[in-house]
Amino acid sequence: MPLGLFIFLAAIAVLSALGVILQRNPVHCLLALVLTLLDMAVMFIGLGAVTVGFLQAIVYVGAIMVLFLFVIWLLNLQAEDRGGSRQLALKFFGVVGAAVLIAELFVFLVKAPSPAGMNHPPPLFGSIASLAGALFTNYLIAFEATSLLLLVAVIGAVALARHPAAAGSLSPAQGAQPVASGGSEARPVTPEHKAGGMG
Amino acid sequence: MTPPSWFMALSAVLFAIGVAGVLIRRNVIVMLMSIELMLNAVNLTFIAISRALGSVDGQVIVLFVITVAAAEAAAGLAIIISAFRNRETVYADELNVMRW
Amino acid sequence: MLIELAIAAIRAIVMLLLVLNLSAILLWFERKGSALIQDRIGANRASVLGLGSRLGLPNFGLVNTLLADPIKMFTKEDFVPDGADHFLHGLAPFLALFPVLVAFAVVPIGDSVTIAGHSFDLVPANLNDGVLYILAAIGIGVYGTALGGWASNNRWALLGGIRASAQMISYEIAMGLAIVALIATYGTLSLQTIVREQGGVWFGLLPRWGIFIQPVACLLLLTAGMAESKRVPFDLPESESELIAGYYTEYSGGKQAVFMLTDFAEVALVAMLVTTFFFGGWQVPWLYRDGFHLAGAFVALPYWAVVVMGVISFWIKTVFFCCLQILIRWTLPRFRYDQLMRFGWKLLVPVGLLNLVATAIVVVLAGS
Repeated sequence: MPLGLFIFLAAIAVLSALGVILQRNPVHCLLALVLTLLDMAVMFIGLGAVTVGFLQAIVYVGAIMVLFLFVIWLLNLQAEDRGGSRQLALKFFGVVGAAVLIAELFVFLVKAPSPAGMNHPPPLFGSIASLAGALFTNYLIAFEATSLLLLVAVIGAVALARHPAAAGSLSPAQGAQPVASGGSEARPVTPEHKAGGMG
Repeated sequence: MTPPSWFMALSAVLFAIGVAGVLIRRNVIVMLMSIELMLNAVNLTFIAISRALGSVDGQVIVLFVITVAAAEAAAGLAIIISAFRNRETVYADELNVMRW
Repeated sequence: MLIELAIAAIRAIVMLLLVLNLSAILLWFERKGSALIQDRIGANRASVLGLGSRLGLPNFGLVNTLLADPIKMFTKEDFVPDGADHFLHGLAPFLALFPVLVAFAVVPIGDSVTIAGHSFDLVPANLNDGVLYILAAIGIGVYGTALGGWASNNRWALLGGIRASAQMISYEIAMGLAIVALIATYGTLSLQTIVREQGGVWFGLLPRWGIFIQPVACLLLLTAGMAESKRVPFDLPESESELIAGYYTEYSGGKQAVFMLTDFAEVALVAMLVTTFFFGGWQVPWLYRDGFHLAGAFVALPYWAVVVMGVISFWIKTVFFCCLQILIRWTLPRFRYDQLMRFGWKLLVPVGLLNLVATAIVVVLAGS
């Protein structure tokens, strides 16, 4: 990846990541995170991981973040009030801790033996064929375990998010509901945005 | 060409931003988002090293991380919905009693 | 270097202009076509200085839909409701339109040509992972409608936005399953290669189009694609009898025009995907690089004529599938919301999975 492109993408990534933790409205935080993830996807593609980059855009941005958006709307979350004076000590030590962590990671990375540099990767590097070759040979057991994990997560999410009133009379139709709408009938959505609460 | 260590420096910065987000925010959903941010910072390291070594293993691990993040988001958000039903809040400092 | 950049830019701009013009013509076709279906006359008033009637031509409503309507839309007041999120309200229409327009970048419209020593395919960007690129673009398209609904500070708009995003991520799964079965068949993710694989004939007569190998996937892709474009019978997000206009209730003027343009661009995208994956893209039946071959007969043609005929065949097929979608849109009534979800999750997804398993078994047996 050319240096200029890297600096451009890195600047967007850092600014949008700061946006995730500094904005008060959860929807704005989520949009900043979406921007970070897309920026990362572009960076992956620039580093030759084309398939992983596109999968990041499809799975992370196209599905997981939409799930977050649903939950924010479902719970009708408004912007937090600015006077967050109660946890001032935690905030102070949080920032200090993050700064110490950055310094520590930098020291580690400088000391760590770095690979010689970006040599030219083999042809088809990062293509779906090369990924599948590794995935279904060396990582086959991990792959199967991950599928099991996903199944458990889906069942667990449905079981957790189902409304207690509906728990006794679980009809087959409700049991087969997708995760995203697992609790959507439970609580009416009240889409009132306070005029002052919008950034 | 950008040396791999630059990508790792960026990854360190993003990871620290994620840690700071978990520590300073009250909203549990934003905390979950910060965790996703940390996972992605680690992914960036994997991809950069994978490119530097010319090996595809790092990319496979990133695929696993994305899958686990999907499972984590589904379970985490379900727990948040369930907690919100009982306590009417998503703020971590108000969810301080470990019983319903 | 400079010439290659110029060629890339020209390819992108030509594709963009073709798509935008096709969308505008589809708008005209939809208005006159719906009038025909409902036994009305449709747009027939506007004209430029009365030129058409002075020359004795019938008024087809072209001036109405292609000139007068856009002027009207873009000169209307751009209203932002009280308490709305100004930035996101303005961003949302373009967030909806942009992913659809960039998705066209990997759709091949013709065979490769050579100009001034530079040989290139008639596709804006010949990606190896073109299929993933399209799926990513469609996935990102969810945000435009969802945020448009949220940022409007309106109950109907928010309900429309929630419905739109739920519907789109549900039907994306069926769409992905259909496309994965197709990828397993052809063993490639590049759209241009998929189209090349569809050249030639079986049994000396039947063109080797994808529809004959994957008929189920074709139906799945067409159905899920129509659901993605959020038009009748899948127009729950904007059903006017329940939600006024759904996610764009609070949009007026130019921004609403952008949302409408997104609709028609999506119709064109679905038509192009179905054409490319299942109906041979730019392949003309029995036409090879040197001319027609059919049952022993042979008509020789120069290569440029073959390429031109390929491009024309691609657009004929695309327009056909656009018209088919418009016909369906004006024929069927709207689903109920639970019917919509049940249809997607309990019919399309299982059928797609079964189709994928069957395809995988056949591919493995054929390979060994």
